[in-house]
Amino acid sequence: MSFSKLARETTHSFSKLARETTQRFVDNDLTPMGHGRMLRKEDPRFIRGKGRFIDDLQLPGMLHLAILRAPIAHGRIVSVDVSAAEAHPKVKLVVTGAMLAERGLAWMPTLSNDMQAVLATDKVRFQGQEVAFVVAEDRYAARDALELIDVEYEQLPAVVNVRAALDPSSPVIRDDLEGKTDNHCFDWETGDKAATDAVFARADVVVRQDMVYPRVHPAPLETCGAVADYDAVDGTLTLWSTTQAPHAHRTLYAVVAGLPEHNIRVISPDIGGGFGNKVPIYPGYICAIVGSLLTGKPVKWTEDRAENLTSTAFARDYIMHGEIAATRDGKILAIRTNVLADHGAFNGVAAPTKYPAGFFGVFTGSYDIQAAYCTMTAVFTNKAPGGVAYSCSFRITEAVYLVERLVDCLADELKMDPVELRLKNLLRPEQFPYTTKTGWVYDSGNYEPTLREALRIADYAALRREQEDKRARGELMGIGVSFFTEAVGAGPRKDMDILGLGMADGAELRVHPTGTAVLRVSCQTQGQGHETTFAQIVAEEIGIPPADIKVVHGDTDQTPFGLGTYGSRSTAVSGAAAALVARKVRDKARLIASAMLEVSVADLQWDKGYFHVAGDPAKSVTIQDVAMRAHGAGDLPEGIEGGLEAQICYNPENLTNPHGAYICVVDVDPGTAVVTVRRFIAVDDCGVRINPMIIEGQVHGGLTDGVGMALMEILAFDEGGNCLGGSLMDYLIPTALEVPDWETGFTVTPSPHHPIGAKGVGESATVGSPPAVVNAVLDALKPYGLRHVDMPLTPSRLWEAMNGNPQPPI
Amino acid sequence: MQVTMTVNGEQVTRDVEGRLLLVHFLRDHLALTGTHWGCDTSNCGACAVWLDGEPVKACTVLAAMAGGHEVRTVEGLEQFGELDSIQRGFMHCHGLQCGFCTPGMLMTARALLDRNPSPSEPEIREAISGQICRCTGYASIVRSVQWAAAEEAGTRTSADVGSPP
Repeated sequence: MSFSKLARETTHSFSKLARETTQRFVDNDLTPMGHGRMLRKEDPRFIRGKGRFIDDLQLPGMLHLAILRAPIAHGRIVSVDVSAAEAHPKVKLVVTGAMLAERGLAWMPTLSNDMQAVLATDKVRFQGQEVAFVVAEDRYAARDALELIDVEYEQLPAVVNVRAALDPSSPVIRDDLEGKTDNHCFDWETGDKAATDAVFARADVVVRQDMVYPRVHPAPLETCGAVADYDAVDGTLTLWSTTQAPHAHRTLYAVVAGLPEHNIRVISPDIGGGFGNKVPIYPGYICAIVGSLLTGKPVKWTEDRAENLTSTAFARDYIMHGEIAATRDGKILAIRTNVLADHGAFNGVAAPTKYPAGFFGVFTGSYDIQAAYCTMTAVFTNKAPGGVAYSCSFRITEAVYLVERLVDCLADELKMDPVELRLKNLLRPEQFPYTTKTGWVYDSGNYEPTLREALRIADYAALRREQEDKRARGELMGIGVSFFTEAVGAGPRKDMDILGLGMADGAELRVHPTGTAVLRVSCQTQGQGHETTFAQIVAEEIGIPPADIKVVHGDTDQTPFGLGTYGSRSTAVSGAAAALVARKVRDKARLIASAMLEVSVADLQWDKGYFHVAGDPAKSVTIQDVAMRAHGAGDLPEGIEGGLEAQICYNPENLTNPHGAYICVVDVDPGTAVVTVRRFIAVDDCGVRINPMIIEGQVHGGLTDGVGMALMEILAFDEGGNCLGGSLMDYLIPTALEVPDWETGFTVTPSPHHPIGAKGVGESATVGSPPAVVNAVLDALKPYGLRHVDMPLTPSRLWEAMNGNPQPPI
Repeated sequence: MQVTMTVNGEQVTRDVEGRLLLVHFLRDHLALTGTHWGCDTSNCGACAVWLDGEPVKACTVLAAMAGGHEVRTVEGLEQFGELDSIQRGFMHCHGLQCGFCTPGMLMTARALLDRNPSPSEPEIREAISGQICRCTGYASIVRSVQWAAAEEAGTRTSADVGSPP
């Protein structure tokens, strides 16, 4: 038997099996995408402890790097003595900022085009800032040697309070910037001031509320790290690092370090959670590269938890003043806000260039209003840089919190039920595509059914009756509602870039002779299940079963260029790329199939997995047959190249706008102010759903984030700039005991411009849930006459509020 | 100093520093990298392993303290090529996303089922409350443990959350 015949028979029988498999596992969750709740392809390695994370990597001769960090928040470096560290028998290298400065590497650009010190040369500007590094034979010796470095500081007053940072008497943090005489970072505005002021002037009701979204931290369970391996012979650098954007990082390394881009390979292996924490380039990565360049050996850097919490990308830190104008009968007219944003010591915001405040401009939420206006002032403080992280969809967390708290404050003022108020003001389906008063175009939405579904699952009326009974008995039960519209999938190249790199994503699909396939994508999974979801998308488009499709990602040498995974952009951008590249392959397969079946292309019908002659289903070829033909012996039709593969770069037409309605039910202990989240109902609409199991998992995780931020999480600082959340004993994250069993539901409003109608979903719950929890707690505390208490609603903070002394956290 | 212990049924002897943590001993000296290092302060539980059948956090146990004892890690869960039902439960109920907390969760959950074959939901939540998962929101982990309990009791009837690939 010839090989090709064997292969044909095998593939034929296999493709038959594939068809059966496809039918067998068609999802019964009303999803148009096949294979629905497929188990994850990545799980077999993780449940065996065979994941491959950065710190798992062991290379021959590998050395270990540790970083000396500033113990104070603000101080001038007087001297650095590394002689004792260099004398340590296991130490191979000690590097200071001055040594990096000699090589022009002491500073690097941030993703917001500010400059950040790799190692401090002049001053330290936040506690935990990188001052020197040691490379040694093992990780313990490297840390021992840090103790031997003697740094003398001239301590300066720390600027911690964001309100005081703009005071003319405040010390200037960024004296490295030429001519800088204050701590002002940038101003930003959006909307129409005059129109908004006019609407406010004639409104029946205006409600004003100050609110703080405190500084929090994504704290992925795996901290950041890297292994750098520079090969001096061929001049290539291989960098394994905890990055959500390997291609963007590679380009920036080429620009910063001057290495030719083709000689840099960035590999992002299994990543133990990202949540935006692993988007920036951290000084540690640069240190690892320098360490390998100077020692000629592979160098590993793994930060510890304190380093992760004190020096890497924080999130939020917005002080917001919100105003909402409405008619007496509850028609919302306008929203106005002023924000003071704490950006830390360097502006390290990871957001598209034209959006210094991220996508905060969507603060008008899901409502049909007449006018909106926002002004913002961002300032430098002696705190770690960052700002866009923790599943925030580029600051939509802050925007949704603002508007959803304001709507509840308005409901309180009007003595209206918060659900009734929202139903009265939600955008109507015929208004889409809808342009907001701040210029954002929402692609699609059908909001009321989503809210109604949440009310149905919750049995809202019964909950209100239960609350009434309990109030009569002095018990504190609260029901909180939030409704959000997300804006994810950045983004159209005409509007969106990061440091000049367009936010498009590539995909390449190769179908092998025997009909299996490899999909290579530029985004990178940190737990979202891309290896499964993307195989499902391709399977749906070309009928090869997902088990036969390998998804390759996280390696710049192996994948086409693209901007990576953050801002819920993977399915929205790379998912679209995967679908379109599969269609491109299918288009080519159609030409070959027409030759194989000896009919014109127009007479061919595609029926997931095979082409057949229209009206004669028995006369068919499978995609696997076509793959073998494409690679096999014999001529192909005129003008058709051999092989069955394609590559594309997808430029999204617009963002996608998932939405959702969340209801939280809490009990507050009147004696201790402890909040228990008893129920949480989340109804999400993320357009066409691919794997509902994975979607629910994403939602569950985000809801947990929301409960954490609302009730527990805060990265606080004392007056000296000492970080008070530097360990997981101090920075509290929900465990299984603080969260309920989630109740989820869904509606489906397809995106009109995404090839399969999908929208992003990864951050929806993190964005939408905090206001639901806070609204629920405030609802429980109605008898206390409180309209607002700032997060986190810890027992002590809530107790103070219940006793008439609510305090902002900063 | 020289330390000898049994790891996943195999006796190992190594020369180590007295201060070496068990988590680094397992990872760096034995290349058993399934046990993860997450927080240094016993809060996250990514490093949970068994010491003589009881879950401990390997970031706060010295390798020397494990000398003469039996250690079991996630790599020791699979027996004779057969996955433990707790491993299958996590796969079937989407009990993991990034996979970083998973080994510790699996070891704690296995220990729970060994002493309580049919734990209630609050008992499962209590058992894993010394561990942090940033991805799953815990509900699917609870279901994973319930799946394994039902599987071992021969009473598993409910549909899985997911379908086999």
